[in-house]
Amino acid sequence: MSVLSFRDVSVCYGSHTVLKGVSLDIAQGEIVGLVGESGSGKSTLARAAVGLAPLTGGRILLDDRPVPTRGRERPVQMVFQDPYSSLDPRMTVGESIAEAMRERLGKQARRAEIARLLALVHLDAARADDRPGRLSGGQRQRVALARALAARPEVILADEITSALDVSVQGAVLNLVREMRRELDLSLLFISHNLAVVRYVADRVAVMYDGEIVEHGPTTQVLGSPQHEYTRHLLTAVPGAAHRASAGNRHDVLSPTPKEHT
Amino acid sequence: MRAARVLLRPVGLVGFGLLVLVLLVAVFGPVLWDGRATVVDTGNLLAGPSAGHWIGTDNLGRDLFFRVLVATRLSIALALAATAISMVLGIVLGAAPLLVGRRAGRLVMGAVNVLVAFPGLLLVLFFAVIFGVGARGAALAVGLAGAPAFARLCHTLIAGISERDYIAAARIAGVSRLRILLRHALPNIAQPLIVNATMAAGGALLTFAGLSFLGLGVQAPSYDWGKLMQDGLNGIYVHPLAALGPGIAVILAGLAFNLTGEAFAAAFGIDVIPGVVRPRQVRNTPGKIRGSGATTASADAGTVLSVEDLRVTIPAARNPIRAVRGVTFAIRDGEAVGVVGESGSGKSMTALALAQLIEEPTRVEANHLVFGGEDLMAAGDPESRRKRLGTSLAVVFQDPMTSFNPVHRVGPQLAEVSRFHQGLSRRAAFARAVDRLRAVKVREPERRARQYPFEFSGGMRQRAMIGMGLMGTPRLIIADEPTTALDVTVQRQVLELLTEVRRDTGAALLLISHDVSVVTDVCDRVLVMYAGRIVEELPAQDLRTLARHPYTRALVAAVPDMETDLTKPLAVIPGLPIDPSRVPPGCAFAARCPLADDHCRAAEPRLQADAAGNRVACHKAGQALPTDTAEVTA
Repeated sequence: MSVLSFRDVSVCYGSHTVLKGVSLDIAQGEIVGLVGESGSGKSTLARAAVGLAPLTGGRILLDDRPVPTRGRERPVQMVFQDPYSSLDPRMTVGESIAEAMRERLGKQARRAEIARLLALVHLDAARADDRPGRLSGGQRQRVALARALAARPEVILADEITSALDVSVQGAVLNLVREMRRELDLSLLFISHNLAVVRYVADRVAVMYDGEIVEHGPTTQVLGSPQHEYTRHLLTAVPGAAHRASAGNRHDVLSPTPKEHT
Repeated sequence: MRAARVLLRPVGLVGFGLLVLVLLVAVFGPVLWDGRATVVDTGNLLAGPSAGHWIGTDNLGRDLFFRVLVATRLSIALALAATAISMVLGIVLGAAPLLVGRRAGRLVMGAVNVLVAFPGLLLVLFFAVIFGVGARGAALAVGLAGAPAFARLCHTLIAGISERDYIAAARIAGVSRLRILLRHALPNIAQPLIVNATMAAGGALLTFAGLSFLGLGVQAPSYDWGKLMQDGLNGIYVHPLAALGPGIAVILAGLAFNLTGEAFAAAFGIDVIPGVVRPRQVRNTPGKIRGSGATTASADAGTVLSVEDLRVTIPAARNPIRAVRGVTFAIRDGEAVGVVGESGSGKSMTALALAQLIEEPTRVEANHLVFGGEDLMAAGDPESRRKRLGTSLAVVFQDPMTSFNPVHRVGPQLAEVSRFHQGLSRRAAFARAVDRLRAVKVREPERRARQYPFEFSGGMRQRAMIGMGLMGTPRLIIADEPTTALDVTVQRQVLELLTEVRRDTGAALLLISHDVSVVTDVCDRVLVMYAGRIVEELPAQDLRTLARHPYTRALVAAVPDMETDLTKPLAVIPGLPIDPSRVPPGCAFAARCPLADDHCRAAEPRLQADAAGNRVACHKAGQALPTDTAEVTA
């Protein structure tokens, strides 16, 4: 049972406290959604897990051992928001992906592995020789996912991976995230400010406000019957809420019986 | 292509030509002319210019002209060696924060900053004393003295890209620091480094000439240009060319390096991004709109804006980019109209064209464009039109950070609108600015008006932006993705504010958004744009249920909302939008459309209105979509 576990994690920058003792578990094969407004510390939590933000307190454990942040073995990977900044413009897609692989492979084996990873994210193997400049935003984000998968991770931290994408592409990336979890049994921390997106992919949701997790539970429960004031506030702000409320006879967003996916 | 751009400039051509010449002489000079430069002509000691010796001879009767040519190799080689030393050392020092971590890196950079503060020549003399007199010592001295400047440059450049996510991604993947430097950092900063190295080489050349001239550089029997100048100095009043000849060589070679560097800097330094630079101010700059026959402004009463066959074209070398390809619509007084579409659909270009914010070389054409009863295509006094537009049209952009001038306080920036457009005094205009900030619910408006834009949060800046639009009495507010950069909760507040402003002032709203939910929340009517055209127009409340165009239906289905069925994959639109510089015949959506047939691919559908006034451009409008399209991944 692989589990990424944040235990009482604190991060301070100077006198500014970004995270105040956050505890959160991500179980094997589970997608945990993390929602909250910008500045609430969502991204910092993910960056702390991969060693990009220094911990000032608490521990981040993978299977009860500290997450390795040195050496080639990196079982926790991260995918960033902006696919235009997360791929080196001067490296081909194949080089970017190969860089994240754990072991040095021969030329043939490396090509095969790149093709396999590209196939996982529904990209043609011929794309391996393209530079990111030739790819659309959605294709780049899929390359970024393939790069994360190349490290054979146990957990992927996805930081607002669809918010820089067009709505028509967002759907494809969300489908891919659900598919990857289903087929690869991956665990994901899915950070987003879009509640509808989180509702679609996450099994459990944690709501973050001002560096603390204020509510946490199964998606249907947190979004269906929110307990914390801030969660309710977030839910009323979702665009389309007013429209649905005014459209009288349609069933209410918050209550009712959202079908749980398998 | 870039190299061609370097050579196309006169500066680049001259510089590069000179550089090639200098390098050729440096390589072949000693081979070709070494004999003639060393042959002793005892009959002509310290002679002046003559047919045999163009710039005279030295104290052993050796031909000075050929000595200058032969000296090219040593002079250039020393300059290049010193530059190489500076550059390697500079890169190592400048990359210290990346290589040894932030804390140790800060120490290194502190030391570098101290060294940068020393005058360069002082450092050179200091090192020259340490390394001793001679060519090698001089090269080391000049190289070391140049290193701090390179280190600073490298540090700045690397700091600029080490914030990029691909560096972070490489670190997460366990790539070593040295490899990150070599594979990610250096290739991405190579261009400015090379440009600077070229110029530094020119500088090093001059420094060497100076050192040798002072006797600290090259020693006899070797000679470089500085040494030749020193030798020629004694007879400067008798045979000035003996000293001036090598001096001219130094100048030519220095020019060759510096001009080439300048040309590269100009060609590489500023990337020309195709497209339009977004104007930074809400105030209207005079748009260059050319009418293709300004027709009578058939403005119905109650119509605030009407546009017919609007076209926006970005000129390009081969295929001009047709961003907007004939858009026709009208907005009634007080109405809220939404425009949705993917990026590249032309929705922002349409908004900018309407606000007259598109500048050359992008072309805007329309059969007619009437705003508030005034034909904007008609020739007339642009100044007075601009003043009227400035008070009756408000524009809100996506990124409120770039919409305000960061070095001016917010209040005066708002006040400027009234001073310029309405001729109010400074005091009255400021009072109105405070009043308007209060109207957009900025708390403590008096204090806020005296703050700078960076002291405002994103939502506050967007409010202030709307407030700026309200300095006049707008009849239309054009909002281009006003909430895309904001959090959901702040987005809600800004959208509510826009609705309130509309209720209070009766202004109409043109809201551009990629978010279908936002548009349905706020607007009365929606225009759906695809590939530079309106493909469907219908009431906002019908968008989710009664849309007839396959693209509209796909767009709505692709966005998950709080009711989306969790058991099914999301619908996606396969394929990519068309390239606006290569518009195919027929329907632009045909390649991605599950209903398309040969007729769709051959004949472009016209935008046709039905009895209710809804419009759709599709041969297959309203036909049932095949159900199995959902599994396709774009």
